[in-house]
Amino acid sequence: MIFSFDLLINAIISGVLIGGFYAAVTAGVSLSFGILDIVNIAHPAFIILGSYVAYIVNVSFGFDPILTAIVMLPAFYILGAAIYQVYYVSFEKRGEESLRGLAFFFGLLFITEVSLVLYFGVDYRYVEAPYIGPTLHFGSVDLPLRLLVPCLVSLLLIAVLQLVLTRTFIGRAIMAVSQDQLALRLMAIDPIRIKRIAFGISIATASLAGAFLIIIQPVEPSVGREYIGRVFAICVLGGMGSLPGTVIAAMLIGIVESFTSTFYGPSWAPAVSFGFLLLTLAVRPAGLLGR
Amino acid sequence: MNGVANNLLEIDNLGKRFGGFVALENISLSVPNGERLGLIGPNGSGKSTLVNCICGTLQNEAGTVRFDGATLDGFTAHQRTRKGLARSFQLPRPFASLSLLDNIRIPLLYTVEARGRRHSTSEVEERCDHCLREVGLQDKARHLPRDLTQVEMRKLELARAMAAEPKLLIADESMAGLTHSEVEDILALLVRLNEQGVTIILIEHIMRAVMSFSRRIVVLVSGRKIADGQPDDVMRDPEVERAYLGQ
Amino acid sequence: MRSGPFLLICLVLGGAVYGAAALLDNDYIFFAGYVVLQYVVLSTAWNILGGYCGYVNFGSAAFFALGAYSTVAIHKFTTINETVAVPIPILVLMAGVVSGVVGYGMGYLTLRLRGAFFAIATLALAVVLETLVVNWDFVGGSRGAYILRPSEIAPFGNYVRYLFLIMVVLAAAAVTVARLIERSRLGYGFATIRDDELAAEALGVPTLQLKLIATTISGALMGMAGAPFPYYIGFLQPSSTFGLDYAVNSIAMPLIGGTTSWVGPVIGALLLGSLEQIATVTISSAINLLIVGCLLVGFVIVAPRGIIGLVQTYRRSKPEEFAARRPIDADAPEATP
Repeated sequence: MIFSFDLLINAIISGVLIGGFYAAVTAGVSLSFGILDIVNIAHPAFIILGSYVAYIVNVSFGFDPILTAIVMLPAFYILGAAIYQVYYVSFEKRGEESLRGLAFFFGLLFITEVSLVLYFGVDYRYVEAPYIGPTLHFGSVDLPLRLLVPCLVSLLLIAVLQLVLTRTFIGRAIMAVSQDQLALRLMAIDPIRIKRIAFGISIATASLAGAFLIIIQPVEPSVGREYIGRVFAICVLGGMGSLPGTVIAAMLIGIVESFTSTFYGPSWAPAVSFGFLLLTLAVRPAGLLGR
Repeated sequence: MNGVANNLLEIDNLGKRFGGFVALENISLSVPNGERLGLIGPNGSGKSTLVNCICGTLQNEAGTVRFDGATLDGFTAHQRTRKGLARSFQLPRPFASLSLLDNIRIPLLYTVEARGRRHSTSEVEERCDHCLREVGLQDKARHLPRDLTQVEMRKLELARAMAAEPKLLIADESMAGLTHSEVEDILALLVRLNEQGVTIILIEHIMRAVMSFSRRIVVLVSGRKIADGQPDDVMRDPEVERAYLGQ
Repeated sequence: MRSGPFLLICLVLGGAVYGAAALLDNDYIFFAGYVVLQYVVLSTAWNILGGYCGYVNFGSAAFFALGAYSTVAIHKFTTINETVAVPIPILVLMAGVVSGVVGYGMGYLTLRLRGAFFAIATLALAVVLETLVVNWDFVGGSRGAYILRPSEIAPFGNYVRYLFLIMVVLAAAAVTVARLIERSRLGYGFATIRDDELAAEALGVPTLQLKLIATTISGALMGMAGAPFPYYIGFLQPSSTFGLDYAVNSIAMPLIGGTTSWVGPVIGALLLGSLEQIATVTISSAINLLIVGCLLVGFVIVAPRGIIGLVQTYRRSKPEEFAARRPIDADAPEATP
């Protein structure tokens, strides 16, 4: 273990930058699991889908992946709304969410992943953009643009989401639906419609998160599996539905993973987020900024 | 401990909070052996929370609960049930995939037998049938709870609690929705149980039933005990009138 | 029927399959059959915790891999110390002990968590276990581990026939255990945990104890299923051994077959397992996961009670049945025996 100040600083920096990206990845799950109580374990698969969409457009037309993702937001929203509708009719209505709902999303995870494998194969895919490659240097501090840009846009996304949730009518209805569905009904708002909108937004974020992912690293279909634990770890650690909490938790996990990877080797990194998750669940299931 | 009164249940300064919300505060209560206690109060006053704390479903932060001379602190709900506490749930919680007979079988298998009394299969069947008969559900013995009406589900709740052969039975709103004669039936059942030596705490909103059954009434309002005494005295208490009856 | 005769019948059936395959003298049947039987054990084991108790375990792969790696560790130990190789049946038992202990430990750590959190925690544990194994060089780490399998063993001929027979015994034992649990007091207890844990606890059911029993037995059986695997496959790779593929299969098979009884996982494993073996040979092995995913989603939406549920609904629709006097309800659960 070679300890040097430079290494330390850069480990922290890249941890923070990756953390920002992790926050965007988790934002969708904060919505679906943290607020709506839907265990969408397939969320990472939709992120990978977003990555591949960005890839296709980038390879075919040379468009910027982030712009592509923004254009694709409505498509992903509709996908999310459709999935929620099936989920609601099949499970929530019958009151059988737990086992069968989980199994449903688990199945979706595999269907998505394997479909991508069958269509694209298992080769790593990557995109090209002007900010992938250059690195800013401040003395011994390195700021790779391919980490910086997604991080900044992620934080922007989170900020927009937070504004929507707290300032708009729909956003507040979404927060309300997690707490008191009956009250919503009495106000003549259909909680099912609200949840559908929320889940649609959740999957829409996956579109952007996918673009970020493929900017940061090359992607192949099974990459999503690494993110399952990470995403739920950050969601739980961040207080289940609190977006500011998600950001903090994401940065924390990003930094710790970066440390572990730099000083102990990357083969220990997966244990970090999952270990964190276990610790959180054991000690404080309400998370750091608990609800 | 040889006390002057043989109190089956002693609650001392019990307190329970949910985050910032104080559900119960300073509850002290003694229930002597063989008592018929009525526990009343407006909705949300903490009656079910109190039951949950007594039975171990919830943990109280303050105060102690003593049962049969020994403290209940640290004992899980199933251990308390084996010591002789049993309760029915205000909102019925039947085992949906088990028949009524099997629902009754559970406390027999897990509480009664855990106390050391082994029964043969036919004895168990007989006892299950007996419990169902007491509440008039023997015809639906092989049915599933989803086939029951709300009222029948409450009766099942009560029968299930009885099947645990408790020393203290807490009946939480078992009579909601019952007709006049059905209320009489359940009251008669509870009186019979009491005469067999079971101490009973009755939580109800049907004042007629509470008045005729209880030898003592405790009133809970907003998490505090505001009255505890003879039924007639309690009913005439101005604070009780204002807080509960006057509504 | 009591468990003794039942076990005997299972063994006889398994023996008959063995005999038939030996007659056809096609070793491929043994190779494929081994995998199908392995899934019978895995899904039966999963169902004890998942179907009976209602606690979804996403970490089946971890227990399976634990069994496999305990075999590897013991094998390396005996090889290095040049002692006699441990026979597979003993390896199976030892793997069962290791996995059972880990299952107990997992239960102790996670069983206080409600539904979804428990499932996620099991996933987390599986990854942590995988990371530990990958970083343990004695068993080969990320490079993987080789076990040289003898090509023949008397009196069976091809070694894979011996492995197949071991799996027959294991499958018979697993199914017998599941059936025994189902019909015992323990089975009632498990059902109450699944239906309403709070009420169960209030009625005297020691829920934590019972759940720990479930995780221990479930884990032990999964580990035993994994113990012969290194001999079967020859080269053990952590990424695939710990893969989510085992998790999805051990969840899909009971859900498709039906979770309320021992019959469901067996049906699911036999059907889905055979389907996957056929697909691997005719199309590709990647398509397997697509099949599992689609079937899982399909069944969970359309036939939530699995094949058992479909059969029950069909039987209830016959006019001769007394129960048909009630309106036909495809979702009505059947009372457990």
